[in-house]
Amino acid sequence: MDKKQLKLLNELMEIGFSLVETNLYLDTHPTDERALRLHNTLSAQYQELEMMYTDLYGPLKATSMSQFPWRYIEEPWPWDIEYCGCNY
Amino acid sequence: MWIYEKKLEYPVRVDTCNPTLAAMILEQFGGADGELSAGIRYLTQRWTMPTGQAKGILTDIGTEELAHWEIIGTIVYKLVKDAPINKIKGTPFEANYANRGKALFPQNAAGVPWTATFIQSKEDPIANLYEDMAAEQKARATYENLIKLSDDPGVNEALRFLREREVVHFQRFGETLEIIKDYQNRKKHY
Repeated sequence: MDKKQLKLLNELMEIGFSLVETNLYLDTHPTDERALRLHNTLSAQYQELEMMYTDLYGPLKATSMSQFPWRYIEEPWPWDIEYCGCNY
Repeated sequence: MWIYEKKLEYPVRVDTCNPTLAAMILEQFGGADGELSAGIRYLTQRWTMPTGQAKGILTDIGTEELAHWEIIGTIVYKLVKDAPINKIKGTPFEANYANRGKALFPQNAAGVPWTATFIQSKEDPIANLYEDMAAEQKARATYENLIKLSDDPGVNEALRFLREREVVHFQRFGETLEIIKDYQNRKKHY
């Protein structure tokens, strides 16, 4: 995986993780307006970044659109990626 | 239903080839207090939960546990994928290799296969939530043991991340327990 793709994937993973945190927090604090605003902001950022990534490198989810031929099955799968601390 | 996202929750870096450590980390892949147990436990307990809030937290934490199971599998795989046979011989990973090579299997560090008897599911939501909170603490303790056993810096980063998630989940289950207690008390009084 080239550096540009890995950088974009890392950004997506960071925002994706932040969304896991706001999701769990909101499940037990559904009336925290500030947390919900943060969640909505992150959600918008995630959607934008995911669309950008999918356009360039193919779908992360099987429900997404793909160029021809079906790009979802392209290597590498997540456990085959060399994430090194030096990519940023 | 579920939709797979083709990414890990945490970028797993592994710096060494270490079949012994891989065998120990299997504890969290298929052990009693491992990520598979956690995911199946929470997702199975959902059906009889009394409130939307409790159904939600079990769904979302259960789903995150499956992402952790994928992280653990990735650590194990990366620790052995480049191992030559002479680095496997004489290590605790040798028994796994004899059966299935470098393939993964839901078993604990001692090679005991995963079983549903590791988990419990009750109609009583209080009993479930106490079990879930205990499970998070047991997993946290296991991660601390694994961090002491590991001298791979990349693996330790991932293990520390997973340990922290246990603490967060414990917190969320504790909040859910209080919400359920309030809900049950409110119901009794009218």
